[in-house]
Amino acid sequence: MRFIILSISLVVLFFLNLFVGSVAIPPAQVVDILFSNADVDGPLRFIVVGSRLPQAITAVLAGAALTVSGLMLQTAFRNPLAGPSILGITSGSSLGVALVILLFGGSVSAAGYSFGGYMAILIGSFAGSIAIMGLLLLFSMWLKNDLMLLISGIMVGYLTSSVITLLNYLSTAEGVHGYAMWGMGNFNGVALGQIPLFSIAIGIGLVMSILMVKPLNIILLGENYALNLGIRMQWVRNMLLVTTGILTSVVTAFCGPISFIGLAVPHVVRMIFRTSDHRVIIPGCILAGGVVGLVCNFLCILPENIVLPLNGVTPLIGVPVIMYVIFKERFKKR
Amino acid sequence: MSAETIKVCGLTTGYRNSKGDISITGPLDATLESGELTCLLGPNGAGKSTLLRTLAGFQKPLAGYVKVEGKKLSDYSGRDLARTISVVLTEKPLLENMDVETLVGLGRAPYTGFWGRFSPEDTEAVERAISLMGIDSLRHRMVQSLSDGERQKTMIAKAFAQETPVIFLDEPTAFLDYPSKVEIMLLLYSLAHKMGKTIFMSTHDLDMALQLSDKIWLMDKKLGVRTGTHRELTDSGDLERYFVRPGIRFDREEGLFKVVRY
Repeated sequence: MRFIILSISLVVLFFLNLFVGSVAIPPAQVVDILFSNADVDGPLRFIVVGSRLPQAITAVLAGAALTVSGLMLQTAFRNPLAGPSILGITSGSSLGVALVILLFGGSVSAAGYSFGGYMAILIGSFAGSIAIMGLLLLFSMWLKNDLMLLISGIMVGYLTSSVITLLNYLSTAEGVHGYAMWGMGNFNGVALGQIPLFSIAIGIGLVMSILMVKPLNIILLGENYALNLGIRMQWVRNMLLVTTGILTSVVTAFCGPISFIGLAVPHVVRMIFRTSDHRVIIPGCILAGGVVGLVCNFLCILPENIVLPLNGVTPLIGVPVIMYVIFKERFKKR
Repeated sequence: MSAETIKVCGLTTGYRNSKGDISITGPLDATLESGELTCLLGPNGAGKSTLLRTLAGFQKPLAGYVKVEGKKLSDYSGRDLARTISVVLTEKPLLENMDVETLVGLGRAPYTGFWGRFSPEDTEAVERAISLMGIDSLRHRMVQSLSDGERQKTMIAKAFAQETPVIFLDEPTAFLDYPSKVEIMLLLYSLAHKMGKTIFMSTHDLDMALQLSDKIWLMDKKLGVRTGTHRELTDSGDLERYFVRPGIRFDREEGLFKVVRY
C-alpha cells in the first residue's frame, strides 16, 4: 500500500517536472511531444525531450542513489546522522573532480567534454569518494565512539574542501565560476545522450545494494553479533565501500555535491514503513529518493525564467527532518 | 547425559600488537560440558571478556587451541561456527523500529538463504525460542521500548533460535533488578539441564552463580584460573582465596560469602 502511494507520487511528480519550466508549454502539448513521433514543433520538442526529460530522469536516479547510500552509511556506521555529504564522501568526490578539471584546464561546465573527459571526471570522482570512505572505515576501527567518528568525518570533509579552495585559488576565473556553479548542484548536468551511461552506473549501484539486504539487516545488531551469525565483516565492509562509492561518486560527478538528500530521506522512509528491515526500506529508499529528487527539482524550476541552485533547496527539506530525528532522540531519553 | 563439548588446551588469550604479545590469561586447560551451566567469576579486568571473545572465535588465541565438538575452532567456517556457538553480549544493539520477533528471527541467519527468507523450520525455531523465554506478549514491541530485563530475554531468545549446542553469555545479568537476575539465571539453568545445552556465562553475581551453576571457573590476574564444582572449590579453599578480603567472610558450611562489618 505504502509502496503504491510512493509509486503513484513518483509518476505524478515525474510528469509535473515535464510540464513545468522556464518556457511555458501546455501539458497537452508536452504529452503529445512525448508520446507521438510526429515532430510537433522543433524547438519545443528539443526543450521537452532534450532538456526536461533527462533532467527528470536524473532527479529520480540521483535522489534514489543518494538516499540508498545514505541508508547504507547509517547502517554501516550505526549512526542516524551519517550520510554521504556529512561524512565528507561527497567532498572527496568533489576533490577528485576538481583535480581532473584542473588537469584538463578551463571551465567545469561539463557540456563541453568529450566521452573521455566524462570518464576522467567519473573516475576522479569515484577515486575521491572511495579514498574518503576507506579512511573513514579505517578510523571506525579505532574510534568506537560514533560521535568522534562523525566529527572526524566532518574534519576530513573540511580538509578536502581546503584543498579544493587552494585549487580554485590557483585556477582561472572562468574555472572558479564553473566550479562554483557545479558546487551548487543541479539535475540538468546529464544530457540525453549520457542518460544511458548514468542509468547503468546508478543501476549497478542500486542492484548491489539490493543484493546486500541480508548482511545489512544483521549488522544492525552490531559487529560482534554479526560475526557470530556468520557474516564476513571484512567482505561486507568492502562491498559497502564500493557500493556507496559508486552511487555517491556518479551522482556527484554529474550533478555536483548534493547535500541532505542522503542524510534525511532514509529517516523519512523508516518513519513511513516503521521497520528497519532492509528488504523493505531499500526499495522504499529508491522510490522515496526518486520522489524527493523530483520535488527538489520541481522547486528549482518552479520560478519563472530562472532555475534555482539545488543545494539552495535540499536543506529546506533535509534540515527539518534531521531536527525532528535529533529532538525525538532527546525526548525518548527523558 | 553430559558430554565434553568444549576442550581448551594450553590456551593463552591476549592481544597482539607491534611491540609483541600482551597475554592476559593462560596457559589454560579446561573443559565445558553439555547439559551444564558454567559460570565464569572474577573481578573486572581479570580477562573474562577476552576469554569469552577467544572461545567464541572473535579473536585468535596467542597460544594453544580451543576444540568445539572435537574440531578446532580455527577449522570452522563462519557459517558452521554460527550453527555451533551463539552469543549474548554486553553491547546494547542500537535498534530503531525493529520488533522483538524480527530480532529473534535474526538468530536464524546462519540457516536462511541469500535473501534471509524463512522456511517453516525457521518460523518454528523462532516460535520455540519466544515461548521458551516467555516473551510472547512482547512479540510486536519495538526493541528500543523494552526494559533491560526484557531486552536480555530477547537476546537470549535470539541465541536460542540460532539452535546451537553452545551458548556464551557475557554478563547477562548485569544492570538487571534482583528478580530479573534470578529469572534469567533460572532460565539459563533450565536451558542447560532440559535442553542439554552447554552454557558458559561470565557474571559478577557471586551468590547466584554459586547456588545455580554446575561448574565454576574462577579467574584472577594474579591467581590465574581454577575450575571445578562449587563443592570442590570450597574444599580446596580456592573460593576463599579468590574472594575473601576485609569485609567479606566465607561461610564454609553453606559455601557462601557473607558481608561483615569491620
